[in-house]
Amino acid sequence: MPVSVTNSELVYDALKGSGVRLISALPETWLVHLVRLADQDRDMILVRLAKEEEGIGISTGAHFAGLRTALLMQNHGFLQSINGIASLALLYKIPLLLMITDRGTMGERDPWQTEGGKYTRRTLDALNIVRDDLARPEEVRGKVAKAMALAQSSLSPVALLLQRDLMWEEPAA
Amino acid sequence: MKRIDCLQAIYPRLEDCAVVTIMGAVAAELYSLGHRPNFFYLEHAMGLASSIGLGIALARPDCKVVVLDGDGSVLMNLGGLTTLARYAPRNLVHLVFDNQVLLSVGGGAPGGHQWFTTATSTGTDLAAVARGAGIRRAQLVEDLDDFTEAALDAIRGDELACVVARVEAEMPASFHMDVHMLENRFEFPRALQRIQAKTATGGRT
Repeated sequence: MPVSVTNSELVYDALKGSGVRLISALPETWLVHLVRLADQDRDMILVRLAKEEEGIGISTGAHFAGLRTALLMQNHGFLQSINGIASLALLYKIPLLLMITDRGTMGERDPWQTEGGKYTRRTLDALNIVRDDLARPEEVRGKVAKAMALAQSSLSPVALLLQRDLMWEEPAA
Repeated sequence: MKRIDCLQAIYPRLEDCAVVTIMGAVAAELYSLGHRPNFFYLEHAMGLASSIGLGIALARPDCKVVVLDGDGSVLMNLGGLTTLARYAPRNLVHLVFDNQVLLSVGGGAPGGHQWFTTATSTGTDLAAVARGAGIRRAQLVEDLDDFTEAALDAIRGDELACVVARVEAEMPASFHMDVHMLENRFEFPRALQRIQAKTATGGRT
């Protein structure tokens, strides 16, 4: 499995470090270790979803109850969630930490991932959602903490786009 | 069976619960019985009321959560029923008012809401769907006595429960609500904190 275990652990530890106590997820390849880590952590509530938009509701409820959350999703899951983001999170000023795997970008080999990858960023921008890329291991902890801080202070969704260079390790030839 | 009579029957028991209601007629009628800060009115995002309820229930196992839903909303998030069943929080009660139409959007249309029927009008049985999703305690009720008994049992109980109430497609007396969405959004978490304090002190606050 060429998904990076080391960097998945880095991301997971950064989420824990920023106070995340509940994670909702719909698995995709790049998220496999993150989901496993959440599942194995007795101090984390993991909610496996049928469809990503549910996660917007679950994070809203958890926020009302005082818990910090993160949402793990593929960019196509983000595209699937847009009404929930617009007419719940943005309308009601709900903080969300969206951890989005950025599929369909440079280096993508799966043809079916290539369409959504073209407009993930522009869709986030159209929704006025502040975003940043997570590409290098050394930036993970700082960027996750800052994204959480901004989500909480602005009461808004903030997105971190998990990059191929961080999540995927090409097997040695 | 009228939705307002169902709401009236359970209203006194909602005092110490986190209540999440869908928009439209359900929200307006609950409000008409007397607003409380522990009521959250989801005015949009159809389908997500049960997901919000699940988030509260998982984060606050000490707090009874009551979701007031409708057939149109549930049909928009059928997958959510499987997620409710999967985690089956013991403190979550899902009450679904099934009037077989999208009442709040269709009421003003020519010919009324008869043009805005949902699939429950042609045979979809949401209680059976809930059971099929894995919610063991899910039932359909057709009259007020059965609703009152089932809903109060569910609220008293210690198990995820879904009660689907077949109600008349009747507009509320008024859609008037004098509480702004954002006011409601900020008062609701505070009300949940007060429920926590009450639980912690055994009701002496």
